[in-house]
Amino acid sequence: MSTFPASRTDSTAWRPTASLEILKLRARLLGRIRDWFAERGVLEVETPALSRFAATDPNIESLEVAGGGWLHTSPEFPMKRLLAAGCEDIYQFARVFRKGESGRRHNPEFTLLEWYRVGMGYQDLMDDVLDLCIAAGAGLRDWKTPRKLTYAQAMASVGVDSGRDSSPELAARLDAAGVDWPRSVKDDREALLDLILSTLVEPSFDPAQPTFVYDFPPAQAALATIRPDPVPVAERFELFLGGMELANGFGELTNASEQRQRFEQDCRRRAERGQPDIPADEFLLAALEHGLPACSGVALGFDRLVMVISGAPDLASALAFPSGRA
Amino acid sequence: MASYSTNEFRSGLKILLDGDPCAIVENEFVKPGKGQAFNRVRIRNLKTGRVLDKTFKSGESVEAADVLDQEMQYLYADGEFWHFMLPDTFEQHAADAAAVGEAKEWLKEQDMCTVTLWNNSPLAVMPPNFVELEIVETDPGLKGDTAQGGVKPAKLATGAVVRVPLFIEQGEVVRVDTRTGEYVSRVKD
Repeated sequence: MSTFPASRTDSTAWRPTASLEILKLRARLLGRIRDWFAERGVLEVETPALSRFAATDPNIESLEVAGGGWLHTSPEFPMKRLLAAGCEDIYQFARVFRKGESGRRHNPEFTLLEWYRVGMGYQDLMDDVLDLCIAAGAGLRDWKTPRKLTYAQAMASVGVDSGRDSSPELAARLDAAGVDWPRSVKDDREALLDLILSTLVEPSFDPAQPTFVYDFPPAQAALATIRPDPVPVAERFELFLGGMELANGFGELTNASEQRQRFEQDCRRRAERGQPDIPADEFLLAALEHGLPACSGVALGFDRLVMVISGAPDLASALAFPSGRA
Repeated sequence: MASYSTNEFRSGLKILLDGDPCAIVENEFVKPGKGQAFNRVRIRNLKTGRVLDKTFKSGESVEAADVLDQEMQYLYADGEFWHFMLPDTFEQHAADAAAVGEAKEWLKEQDMCTVTLWNNSPLAVMPPNFVELEIVETDPGLKGDTAQGGVKPAKLATGAVVRVPLFIEQGEVVRVDTRTGEYVSRVKD
């Protein structure tokens, strides 16, 4: 009996995981999307993948390059510098990298389609995102009339009061639903809300209906502007389709001093959690000080869009070579 | 003590959970775009066979279980233990009824089996996918009846009962798929 390990899988690991049909679909969707932007006068741009700065967001880990610098996790900062320099509406297909994100719907290297609309509010940008998805999927996949609900409404639909419920109450909700949760997050309200969103809210959405969740709690603002309502909310939205998160958009934060405070807050949280120190993007801060026009921006997972339109069961089926074969 | 980070999770990985050795059956990475990441993992307890779902915060570490699959030759049973041997070192291991489980129906002396060792003692035994065993008891064969459909029970040397075609005779050796317990073919010398 042979004792060579896993020889059967090794001998086919050179092959792509996506079918030829899906590889052709990818190319076709790239073309359709470029046409869609060209019709609307949105300029295609390219920005560096390797930078001296990186994302400070404690929930995103950048890959550091041995020769110096970091691989970008999103093209957001340099694209905002272009907006500040006077570019009007812009878009980019960017290969981005996120350390440790690997799973059925994640690959550490993936393609983000990111675009910005100057003078457009985040509510109108949701319609823009929907238009693009419909144009991309035309004749290939039909979707139901979209649904829009606030983050608070989405949480209420699974019996959670996102503004008031305490950590023990959130944990009890997970227990009642039979979802195991790690004891290390028992006092971490944000982590418990994230787990509820992933395990209870997201699976409750109709996969055939584009579903927008908007107006997130300020603690989850990321780079969105916070609207000073009686109960302040972040002008942020997410699109769910095909049973997963497809896009994340912001009414963009344009205030330089608030951006600086958020970077500092991120760095403090990273230090508390023992995460690596990240150099905050000074170029972005300088661009914001110069002046960023009012705008909204969104990042859409292109590989996931291919997955949703083709009906592929996992991200690997939408990629020629996922990380295990790269 | 060795440990695995959630980044290393994949199906088949053996970890220690509440003191019991477990195997990861399925690993799902979940993360809201701007939120915290978790690994939702389906785990089989290798001692009890029970399957459970567990959630880890991504980046956390879990102790590795010192579990090893080894190809061993089955030697004999003494009524209490089943004895196996590593062919290259002649090192022997005795497995109890709990470890052998349903595999006992398929164990033929000198066959190679996969024995899962935990802290160097047998935890589970997997018979080969195909075994060749003699029929010790079955109704008389119907000569010339090779038509499809007709089957009858036959008792094998190990005590297992499989369904065989009507033309198979007592004393014949048959090939059986241990994963399904189904007759595959007769074995001619």
